Amino acid sequence: MNFILDYYNYWIVVFLMMAGFYIVISANNLVKKIVGLNVFQTSVFMLYISMGKVSGGTAPILVDGVTLYSNPLPHVLILTAIVVGVATTSVGLALIVRIKRAYGTVEENEFKNQDDAI
Amino acid sequence: MNLWQAVEPSQLISLSILIPFIGALLIVATGKHPNIREAVTLITATVLFSVVLAITDYTFHGVELRLNVAEPIPGLGISFEVEPLGVLFALVASFLWIITSIYAIGYMRGHNEENQTRFFCCFALAISSVMAICFSGNLLTLFIFYEVLTLSTYPLVTHAGNDAAKKGGRVYLGILLSTSIAFLLLAILGTYSLTGTLDFQAGGIFDDSHSKTVLSVLLVLFCYGIGKAAIMPFHRWLPAAMVAPTPVSALLHAVAVVKAGVFSILKVVIYIFGLDELKDLATTDIMLYIGAATILISSCIAMTKDNLKARLAYSTVSQLSYIVVGALLASSIASAGAALHIATHAVGKITLFFCAGAIMVASHKKNISDMVGLGRQMPITMAAFGIGAISIIGLPPMAGTWSKWYLTIGALEADKLFIVATLMISSLLNIAYLLPIPVKAFFNTQSGESKPWTWAETQEAPLPILIALSVTSVGCLALFFYPDPLIDLINLIPGVSTHADMTISLEGEG
Amino acid sequence: MFEQHLIALPILLPLIAAPITLILGHSRLSWMFATAISALACYFSWHLLTATLTESVLSYAVGGWSPPWGIELRVDVANAFVLLAVSALSTLVLIYSKDSIEKEIESSKHALYYTAHLLCLAGLSGILLTGDAFNLFVFLEISSLATYTLVSLASDRRCLTAAFRYLIMGTIGATFILIGVGMLYMKTGTLNMLDLAIRIDVYESSRTINTGLAFIMVGVSIKLALFPLHMWLPAAYTHAPSAVTAFLASTATKVAFYVMIRFIFTIFGLNYVFEEMGMDLILMVLAIVAIFKCSYMATVQSNVKTVLAYSSVAQIGYMILGISLVSVTGLMAGLIHIFNHALMKGALFMAVGAVFYRVGSVEISAFKGLGKQMPFTMAAFTIAGLSIIGVPLTVGFISKWYLVTAALEQQHWILAALVLVGSLLAVVYMGRVIEAAYFQKPPASQDSNQVKEAPWLMLLPMWILVLANIYFGIDTSLTTEAASSASEWLFQTSSIAAANSAEVSQ
Repeated sequence: MNFILDYYNYWIVVFLMMAGFYIVISANNLVKKIVGLNVFQTSVFMLYISMGKVSGGTAPILVDGVTLYSNPLPHVLILTAIVVGVATTSVGLALIVRIKRAYGTVEENEFKNQDDAI
Repeated sequence: MNLWQAVEPSQLISLSILIPFIGALLIVATGKHPNIREAVTLITATVLFSVVLAITDYTFHGVELRLNVAEPIPGLGISFEVEPLGVLFALVASFLWIITSIYAIGYMRGHNEENQTRFFCCFALAISSVMAICFSGNLLTLFIFYEVLTLSTYPLVTHAGNDAAKKGGRVYLGILLSTSIAFLLLAILGTYSLTGTLDFQAGGIFDDSHSKTVLSVLLVLFCYGIGKAAIMPFHRWLPAAMVAPTPVSALLHAVAVVKAGVFSILKVVIYIFGLDELKDLATTDIMLYIGAATILISSCIAMTKDNLKARLAYSTVSQLSYIVVGALLASSIASAGAALHIATHAVGKITLFFCAGAIMVASHKKNISDMVGLGRQMPITMAAFGIGAISIIGLPPMAGTWSKWYLTIGALEADKLFIVATLMISSLLNIAYLLPIPVKAFFNTQSGESKPWTWAETQEAPLPILIALSVTSVGCLALFFYPDPLIDLINLIPGVSTHADMTISLEGEG
Repeated sequence: MFEQHLIALPILLPLIAAPITLILGHSRLSWMFATAISALACYFSWHLLTATLTESVLSYAVGGWSPPWGIELRVDVANAFVLLAVSALSTLVLIYSKDSIEKEIESSKHALYYTAHLLCLAGLSGILLTGDAFNLFVFLEISSLATYTLVSLASDRRCLTAAFRYLIMGTIGATFILIGVGMLYMKTGTLNMLDLAIRIDVYESSRTINTGLAFIMVGVSIKLALFPLHMWLPAAYTHAPSAVTAFLASTATKVAFYVMIRFIFTIFGLNYVFEEMGMDLILMVLAIVAIFKCSYMATVQSNVKTVLAYSSVAQIGYMILGISLVSVTGLMAGLIHIFNHALMKGALFMAVGAVFYRVGSVEISAFKGLGKQMPFTMAAFTIAGLSIIGVPLTVGFISKWYLVTAALEQQHWILAALVLVGSLLAVVYMGRVIEAAYFQKPPASQDSNQVKEAPWLMLLPMWILVLANIYFGIDTSLTTEAASSASEWLFQTSSIAAANSAEVSQ
């Protein structure tokens, strides 16, 4: 039981990661795929952020009387990663818009059929 | 005698490769004017022959010619070195190129072939790579130009552009490229990783420190990797290549390309393995049996072929294995016979192909069964065919006698009686499939009635063709009476000699 | 001042120039500008390579923060070599682009194309130069995002779905790398590659690091399209504009391959990756399967771009095979093949692009009779095709030579034979196209006067690559020297890191 409780943050990460991954693979709708991808990426953000936490440490802001701070570096890294994620999402959504215009659908099997028909 | 004294000796090598190459460029440049183009071909061929003569002269005087061009792999360059065996091959190829050019002009015009410029250009490129093979100083160089030769002759094989030609071309390229890449390159790299060198050295580069098993495998890889030697079962490309115009079949698939194959095998045997090392290998005997089988089987196949060029092609397959067998007998005199056979088979077989082409141009006949009585129409051609056939069979007074003589003595010396038997049976088979053609052409008539023959009946091929085939058939005779220069050249090859150890050979005969 | 910041310039130049290109807006103007920038970046890379050949390693602390705290840019022979190849090819492709994209991309998007191209170049250079594992991820995503955009610029709508698929796969790959780097950071507390290398050795048997390695290897394998994670590549290469395909085929996967080398040799150390984790066997098997499966796939395609795309996956197999031999010669063979394959595939895709420019199709049937109608283009295609096959006097032969030598060095006779047999499949798939071009008559419906030789601006970079194919096949001193010193250097650093860590752990 302790094994589960002590590492609850990792369990969340694993759950989100698998859920996101599953959506990416199984979803037929491109927008859902992007959503899945976002969930997937978010799980990694969680992984980074939670590992920066030092037990007993406060937020990494200089305050008198506090000696133990959490590690700020992972948070900073994740800021960058979030930016990358947002950029990916926007490119993906832009592509979906163009796919919708070109095929009239965002369902994968439908535009596959259209391509095969050619 | 030596027209090229002004040139630095080692640069003669680059000249011999560059002259046909430049010739090819000039042929393309003058493509619109057939007469000038043909003149370029002839002049190039003649100049090349004079260069090779000059190189021969240096070889007899013991001058070593060496040339390093580039070093694609550190410590392993594209380098050229003149040695007697290469000179012999170069002499044969460059001399016959002149004759074939004359012939080709008559043939291509007589046949109204298309794309003649491409034809002559690729022809010159092929000769250029043959020269490079002749003078290659290490296996890497040999391999490189071996591939270039394959590629430059591919457009010649597919010249006709029809489905048959494409199919033939696919078989041709498929077998030659795949054997060379899959086996030959592997063998070369294996040799390199064992010895750290690929240079041709007298006595070979392997010594006792190398495992005999590995060397045995390497020998098989080399023999089959050099697909141009057409050892069964990788001989299919040669009959397939017969879709090419006859001049191509004549020079390339009776002389240059196939001889490049057996020449490479001789080079590998003499300069990479060394004759002494070869004797101890387990696979030498196996390859000998396969070579002997190739001789007999392809002779038998040749008998079944009614298409003249196909019959000649299988005859070539069989004759090539003479050379392979001669090399693998690992005796000095058999190697000499093999080397000599490169030259004697070349003049003999090219004569036969010239005749086949002449018949095709003059009477449009391809099948032997249609050629009965043809001697009345084409007496000169058929006479030449008879001379060529006798030379291939190996009867005096034709050139083929000598090489078979030395091969047989070599087989006796090596105590390989089954090879002697093979050679004898093969000669009989040769008689059976070659001699009936001129005999029936002269002594049978198609209609059965016999009229007295007059010159007016003749319908010979164009003059250039007749000149070419007369020259080569005279060559067959001449090489019987004056083989000395070639034999002298062969005796210069280290470890190879035409002087038999008489005691052994007598014992064998007894 | 200038000398000091030289290392950062190959990244900064295209990065800064990209928005300017967008502002310029005008097609020809942005073309000239982008080409000039790329050429300049190429010039700086050349400087870097010559500098590393004498000084071996150059380091640059971004923003003045010294490593291992700040981000470090680090140049050694290995990445300088790849950087030069990438920036040179980028320049050639840009020259080629002007005519090519006119046909394949709407004119309003031309400036966008050049912008994305420069961004991609900046990202690739960044990947090559950075000495920081997280920074590598960021640059990887910069280049990848630019690539997705580039792929989607073609006028054929199928490029959109190909780009989307590529985006999904690419992002998963990148995220895997991110997870892996996170694992490493979790255990070691550092992101600087050299620092990581020293510390990882201490924790050799840690499960976290093992997991990190697994994630990173899978992530990188997606990016470099290692079989069986290559599914995105054929579609993306087939439907992208030809100039983009030429650029991607000759650079993007190569850079991913470099990332793999960097992770294996510099960060994890070869003892750990190969001896303890047994990655060499996995890679070897995958590489062999890639060579045969994808070469076979290439022989049954009807679209020439797809043929070449599958051929690319197979060629990546050859590179990976080089690494999996775990020897200086093997790695050298892989590195040489990066460069050589860039030359051949670049030329091939440019030739195919030229065919599309004139004929409007890249099906094999469209190649019929082109040998006469577009002699220069098809001659280029043929020579580069021979190079893929590995015919002597071309660079392909040199690659194959070193690869087989490396296999034979370790007595892998069967492997050597497999490599050579694999190249026979290349004879088949290249042969089909070449045969159609030279030995088949053009379709009767086609007006033969319409199809002419490609414009010279397309021919020029194509032939530069073709001549390079021949030149570097004969005079290999530059490539072999750079590759062998890079390979020795990587092996050396790998063992130095091990030695250092031994000291630390004592």
